[in-house]
Amino acid sequence: MSDDHVYLTLAEGHEDDARWAYGTGFEDPLHGVDTTVPEGIDARELAALCVALADDALVSAQRLAEWITRAPELEEEVALANIGLDLLGQARLLYSRAGQADGTGRDEDAYAYFRDAGDFRNVRLAEVPNGDFAFSIVRLLMLSSWRLAHFEQLASHPDPVLAAIAAKGVKELAYHRQYAAEWAVRLGDGTDESHRRTRRALEQVAPYVGELFTACDVRDEVVAVLRQVTEAAGLPMPVYRPLPGSGRHGEHTEHLAPLLAELQGVARAHPEATW
Amino acid sequence: MVTTLLDARRARHIAAQVPDPELPMLTLADLGVLRGVELAEDGTVVASLTPTYSGCPAMAEMRADVAARLRDEGYTRVEIRTVLDPPWTSDWITPAGRRKLAEHGIAPPGPAAPRSGPVPLVLSPTRQAVSCPRCGSADTEETSRFAATSCKALWRCRACREPFEYVKEI
Repeated sequence: MSDDHVYLTLAEGHEDDARWAYGTGFEDPLHGVDTTVPEGIDARELAALCVALADDALVSAQRLAEWITRAPELEEEVALANIGLDLLGQARLLYSRAGQADGTGRDEDAYAYFRDAGDFRNVRLAEVPNGDFAFSIVRLLMLSSWRLAHFEQLASHPDPVLAAIAAKGVKELAYHRQYAAEWAVRLGDGTDESHRRTRRALEQVAPYVGELFTACDVRDEVVAVLRQVTEAAGLPMPVYRPLPGSGRHGEHTEHLAPLLAELQGVARAHPEATW
Repeated sequence: MVTTLLDARRARHIAAQVPDPELPMLTLADLGVLRGVELAEDGTVVASLTPTYSGCPAMAEMRADVAARLRDEGYTRVEIRTVLDPPWTSDWITPAGRRKLAEHGIAPPGPAAPRSGPVPLVLSPTRQAVSCPRCGSADTEETSRFAATSCKALWRCRACREPFEYVKEI
């Protein structure tokens, strides 16, 4: 079977050229999943947790996508875009779960496109600008190490939908953390310039780290990963200096609103459009 | 009753033949994302699909294709269900699927690492035995762990110098 023929099989039985062009009618990422919230679970709390985790993922995905056409190598653009795509997928599932749990029935778009900065509950570390490649890598290392450890815990959450989303996410996040860790070692243990920049990035990330640990107790796991990476990279462990406020309470830096303006602009200009 | 059994088997066969939108050399059954096709008592065909990756953009198309193919074959009531648990693993790609991937120049995955407890971070270089799908040489190297679709990595063969894709273990 030739490759051409293989791709032609996709068109079989689909004379209509507009197939998929206006959506498939299957947009809900949790389509056909039993969405009952089990008894004994505080549905409001569950929704809030899902929104915070989804906001981290959505905002991170947007920052990662900004690297496309700007990364040092094409392969790194592909990698960063893939990581962003995984996170976007996690965000979609989590927003859908939140809308079912909080009883509003809001869909993923309502959360992603029609909330303002003050309603977002992502950590500020996710929203600050990309900086240089070293900063983006160190940030990804922090966020993916934390998210992986947290998702490992959530895989046994009493809500079966959140548990399943987390169990799936663990597999993806392991690749994200691996990518960031390998780059952190390569940069830290590279030239004087890359070492200096990575060291600076660790210092820049440090004030934002505390926010990650307010709702879940995975500090030891994350610190162990960071220690392993900094040792291999010949970098000092960053000194923890907490910043007042928290993105988890809707307190954000001035960088979130412009990010959302770009993310939400088209959806708000054409709220009923499908694409 | 016999008709029902035949109908269920036929529905399963039809759904299993739907090609994957991104790897069309594979059917959804080859890829292991079609988790089941059942015939409910009221005659509704219930097809269950699981995503490969959370962000796989082809999921909606897979659902639409399975539903459309079954309707074309005369099943008027079709229901598509998403199964998230257990999560998809590359181990579910069938032997036939692995053979088809290799025939189309894509190296199939090795066995996914069995896991219990926290995922370890390994920073020392690890050797993965990936054979070139074109010349068969084991003298290959990874160029990027991420590629054109979520499920693949980029590799190259040092013997025949050809780049190739590799479905990674997950």
